Amino acid sequence: MKSLILKEIDELIYGSMGIVIFISVFIGGVVAIQTALNLTNPLIPKDLIGFATRQSVILEFAPTFTSIIMAGKVGSYITSSIGTMRVTEQIDALEVMGVNSLNYLVFPKIIAMLFYPFVIAISMYVGIFGGLIANSLGNYSTSTEFIQGIQLDFIPFHVTYSFIKSVVFAFIIATIPSFHGYYMEGGALDVGKASTTSFVWTSVVIIISNFVLTQLLLG
Amino acid sequence: MIEVENLTKSFGDVQVLKGITTSFEKGKTNLIIGQSGSGKTVFMKCLLGLMVPDNGTISYDGRMFSKLTVKEKRNLRQDMGMVFQGSALFDSMTVEENVMFPMDMFTHQSRSEMEDRVNIVLKRVNLIDANKKYPAEISGGMQKRVAIARAIVMNPKYLFCDEPNSGLDPKTAILIDNLIQEITKEFDIITVINSHDMNSVMEIGEKIIFLQHGIKEWEGTKNEIFKTNNEAVTNFVYSSELFKKVRQMYIEERD
Repeated sequence: MKSLILKEIDELIYGSMGIVIFISVFIGGVVAIQTALNLTNPLIPKDLIGFATRQSVILEFAPTFTSIIMAGKVGSYITSSIGTMRVTEQIDALEVMGVNSLNYLVFPKIIAMLFYPFVIAISMYVGIFGGLIANSLGNYSTSTEFIQGIQLDFIPFHVTYSFIKSVVFAFIIATIPSFHGYYMEGGALDVGKASTTSFVWTSVVIIISNFVLTQLLLG
Repeated sequence: MIEVENLTKSFGDVQVLKGITTSFEKGKTNLIIGQSGSGKTVFMKCLLGLMVPDNGTISYDGRMFSKLTVKEKRNLRQDMGMVFQGSALFDSMTVEENVMFPMDMFTHQSRSEMEDRVNIVLKRVNLIDANKKYPAEISGGMQKRVAIARAIVMNPKYLFCDEPNSGLDPKTAILIDNLIQEITKEFDIITVINSHDMNSVMEIGEKIIFLQHGIKEWEGTKNEIFKTNNEAVTNFVYSSELFKKVRQMYIEERD
């Protein structure tokens, strides 16, 4: 089981780092640019760009936006890999051998996804860094002003809130696609359909739970 | 001995198995034959416990499957080996890892002990130099051999094969059939094979059960199947031109 968990960590967490970093850099950059372009009033301090980037990235973009992307990348992988095992009778083979297939296939994925907050932490860091780069390249404010904005009115609980969300989203990303893969019926075409359905449901559940968690923790 | 008593199974309004009673003996290759949709696969899945029958009982050497606890069922399944129609090898594992899998899950043997056992079993199914290959890198016949190796690696008491030679050329199909029969004799196990291949019936059919529309229509040996006057069986057996000619020759020789 230990080797299975390590394999899943490699596949689900480490394997997703590239896309998460790529998206986070650009999202952070876009948030910084959009904030800067909307600050037309000279009375508003320029450090607001850094402040808005930090708040947007930590509160929403890193945990929620990344989770939607992960629902597509990791969720589709989970559904299609388990679904393919179902249609090619590999799950039946496990059952006949006396292996608890649900435990064998799903449990390591849930454990592996417990490392998901680390991905979100990196996404936060890289997203804000992307904002800093975009801010500097576009000359919207000085780097000092941007960094001052990042430090302005920092509330540590916002990071905790973000990590709480990411743990919940990790559980959703591991379980809903597993359900759709494990209980699917049919052939190869149905594996594709199950992947699509699982992505839709995972996204919907993430969005709704995001709303509920925000109301509960910040409301 | 596997004993099946009055087994029924329905899906909605469709009754797929209609009161099947039979038994499978040790050291024999038992074939379940019948047209597609006759209930062969459902029957085998009920035997394996992958489907729960509506009525009836299945006993493995006196142990009634439905009355076993979850743990007892899991233990019983470790005495079962199964060769699936599509081999059902784990794509992400090499041939060696596939065969080693049941040992890895249920024994506390060291890696080298398991490797030794894997090599013995792979040699038994005449598969050499394929240990490090992935299922996608080997032929259909080799995949079947790996599936057989995986099924027998734990020395099972019961071996189930679902159309083990489907998709194989006639020569390889005969090799697989003979291999299964040799293993049955060598390890003195109960082998149950689902098939609609008449070549298999003639090669290894020590006991044959013919299913039609979920009913056990006929039961006998490969020698008896040629002589039977059961219309459903003769229609099935002599559906090909080759077997029609064989029957004709048999009748002419007899007369």
